[in-house]
Amino acid sequence: MAEPFLQLSNLTKRFGEHVAVEGLTLSVPRASVLALLGPSGSGKTTTLRLLAGFDKPDRGTVTVDGQDVTAQSPAARRFGMVFQHYALFPHLTVGENVAFGLARRGTAEERRRRVEGMLSLVDLEGFADRQVSELSGGQQQRVAVARALAPEPRVLLLDEPLSNLDPSLRERTRRELRAALEKVGITTVLVTHEQEEAFALGDRVAVLRDGRLQQVGTAPDLYERPETLFVARFVGRASVLRGVMTADNRARLEGGVEWAVETGDRVAAGTPVAVVVRPEAVRFAETGVAGTVVGCRYVGARALFAVDVASGTVEVEASVRAAHVGDVVHVAAERALAFAEEAE
Amino acid sequence: MTKRPRGVLLTLLLVWAVVYPVSLVMLDSVHGRAGWTLQHLQAFVREPTEWIALWNSVWIAVASVVLAGIVGVPLGFLFERLRFPGRRILGALVALPAVLPPLVGVIAFLFLYGESGFVPRAIVTVFRLDESPWRLQGAGAVLLVHAYSMYVYFYLFTRAGLAKIDSSMIEAAHSLGCGTLATFRRVTLPLLRPQLAAAALLTFMTALGSFSAPYIYNFRTMSVQIVTTKLFGNMQMAVVETTALAVVALAGLMLLKGRAGARSVVALGKGTAPSARTLSQPVARWGAAVLGWVFGIVLLLPHLTLVVMSLVPLGTWTTQLVPPSYTLANFGALLTEPERLRPLVNSLWMAAAATLGALATALWAGRLVVQRRASLRSAIETLVSVPWAVPGTVLAIALATAFSVNAPWVGRWVFLGTALILPLAYLVRNIPIAAGSVLAGFRQLDPSLDEAAASLGASRWRTLRLVTIPLLRPAILAGGALAFATALGDFVTSIVLYTFETRPISIEILAALRAFDVGTAAAYGVVLMLISAGAMVVGTRR
Repeated sequence: MAEPFLQLSNLTKRFGEHVAVEGLTLSVPRASVLALLGPSGSGKTTTLRLLAGFDKPDRGTVTVDGQDVTAQSPAARRFGMVFQHYALFPHLTVGENVAFGLARRGTAEERRRRVEGMLSLVDLEGFADRQVSELSGGQQQRVAVARALAPEPRVLLLDEPLSNLDPSLRERTRRELRAALEKVGITTVLVTHEQEEAFALGDRVAVLRDGRLQQVGTAPDLYERPETLFVARFVGRASVLRGVMTADNRARLEGGVEWAVETGDRVAAGTPVAVVVRPEAVRFAETGVAGTVVGCRYVGARALFAVDVASGTVEVEASVRAAHVGDVVHVAAERALAFAEEAE
Repeated sequence: MTKRPRGVLLTLLLVWAVVYPVSLVMLDSVHGRAGWTLQHLQAFVREPTEWIALWNSVWIAVASVVLAGIVGVPLGFLFERLRFPGRRILGALVALPAVLPPLVGVIAFLFLYGESGFVPRAIVTVFRLDESPWRLQGAGAVLLVHAYSMYVYFYLFTRAGLAKIDSSMIEAAHSLGCGTLATFRRVTLPLLRPQLAAAALLTFMTALGSFSAPYIYNFRTMSVQIVTTKLFGNMQMAVVETTALAVVALAGLMLLKGRAGARSVVALGKGTAPSARTLSQPVARWGAAVLGWVFGIVLLLPHLTLVVMSLVPLGTWTTQLVPPSYTLANFGALLTEPERLRPLVNSLWMAAAATLGALATALWAGRLVVQRRASLRSAIETLVSVPWAVPGTVLAIALATAFSVNAPWVGRWVFLGTALILPLAYLVRNIPIAAGSVLAGFRQLDPSLDEAAASLGASRWRTLRLVTIPLLRPAILAGGALAFATALGDFVTSIVLYTFETRPISIEILAALRAFDVGTAAAYGVVLMLISAGAMVVGTRR
């Protein structure tokens, strides 16, 4: 991994009794994008505000390029921020918004050219004299990005950058945003509660829960090798069945069938475990866990079947004609993960 | 970064300018030259005229609320719910009383309905009477002026309340079997309650502190009593009277505020208010229109009277029905004679200074109040609204007491008798006016705009100058205009605190009136009216 450019060390923030962020340590290499992913209340927005300097951490530090900026004011630390609702200045034109951070920098002509350059980066050439209120949601989002990038910040922060857009616009805007970030080559931290967004925009994704870091890694890391039950369930689709470890790498599900399972740390025999399987890693078989098909949902050309078994409900991805609601079937796992119960 | 609590300086400043003087007056009422004493309180309690004055203040305030409600609420319904010919023009006329400063309204009524006013003269001529059928004096006269100037609160609050009521609630009541009257009684009125309570509170406090009308119409309320006692030089008794009025005002405020808050109604959903209904029957339509126009003319008469009177040369109008000759000389004199120009200039600069000070205070308070971290925000919110609950005479006596002693180590300087005291008084009275508007503006601002500016490297001042103030401009203009007009027309604090050098317009109007120079008095009144109207136009323009 490249030398970390942005380093968060042991960041902690409480609001009264409520612990928003606890002992968060993360590093972001230069010019890479880190996505903070988590459900609401997981502390991701607080983390972003600590990075921007709008809130001060109770403990811990933020360093950029080896320089401690924890005590610096938001104005001094040169981090660009794109707000969830954009926070464009309604009384200024598009161009004036983008130029806001360029105060007294260079000549008027240089500033004008910089504004034009930024607007063309986000595909809005010629929009400088428009009123902000004339723009569509997607255009406003791009102006917000241009405004944040114009003063050449050291780090770019994005707060739920796509949440305010229509679903139909999101995918395109996401591609354009990704392209713009790559073109500028800026170190970026973004916050999102949508995993698709996190994986599409982030080089790496950090999963947060209750203010604590669960795991940080690339998409395959998180999907294939989740380190906690929370990550396994939060990232991708997963079914959770109850069971007990019988030996290394074997667990017996409630109802009697034993499956081969992978565990992170060694889990002793006799420990109650949560067995996690992905829909695409289970299949209907002649033998295996017996159950009844209780639901069927079409997903493209395939279908997700919900099967009630003794130890819970398992989702099976199969061709649409593989089973029908009411069928009694057997389910076998190609790959299963087990987490000791207390990990939850 | 240090964790110094924010807003300490502003809190201290507000306490010093508002709470401290009033507290000093209250202390002085039980403190004489020889130390603590109840002697002055006893003297007050034993004096029947004091009790009468206090009682007069209270019942006039209550009666004003009732009268203003009787006029204002139906008018609010009429203009919000019914469509009739002339509704638009009349809707604009309804705000007319607001451009008459208290003293100016009072003298306009005097010229119109007073013993030698236009209306009695007309009646005397038509019915061939020997003398005026009435004298514009006492409680009746005071209530007439109060109803005229204060119904606006009920009118505006009723309209605002009606505009917020979701029409689906009315429809729901109808579909549940309620008739029009039952719906009004069981749905509309309860939903309007918070607005009506707010209007009642505003009217009560204004009427309780009212000074111009009872002073000119010779009706002894506590406000008048305080000023008279002070003018006779009995400062010790004036201090006790002031304390009594302050206590009554505070009690009234808590009583009414408690009632208003006890059952505040929260509307669910965001429906639209029912649109105005066009009256279908021609009789009803034209009835409403005639009623509306008669009312409009009654509203406009004081203004017209003032203008006519300002054109009457000194000593030319004696027994005729209308003045025999007209001239612009009264206005000419205002501008050309230095001693007549001086009050104008005084009022303008003092009102301007007080308004700027109040706006700066309001902006300062607004910034702190919207910040999550400011620990003193609720204290600041309360402090900026306190002067509103302090009757003008109370504030004037309080400032006169606090700032007639030189003791810098306890925050007291001699301002009384200097050019500083009146701007300070105006400023304190302007703070709630400016803050009401500016704080509301701040609450509507998206806090992330501030953060966006900061993250783009803007300093606090740059953010204030380029983002906050431009976005708050409508609120600043509205609050500033209202504050300026109020300070410009102030009479009640001026009469206690003025010096000859710094006398404002209202004092000069009173002097002209005493010298029977009604033309000059009216000319000053017209100038005040025009500047107030101009300020209103500026303040309401978006």
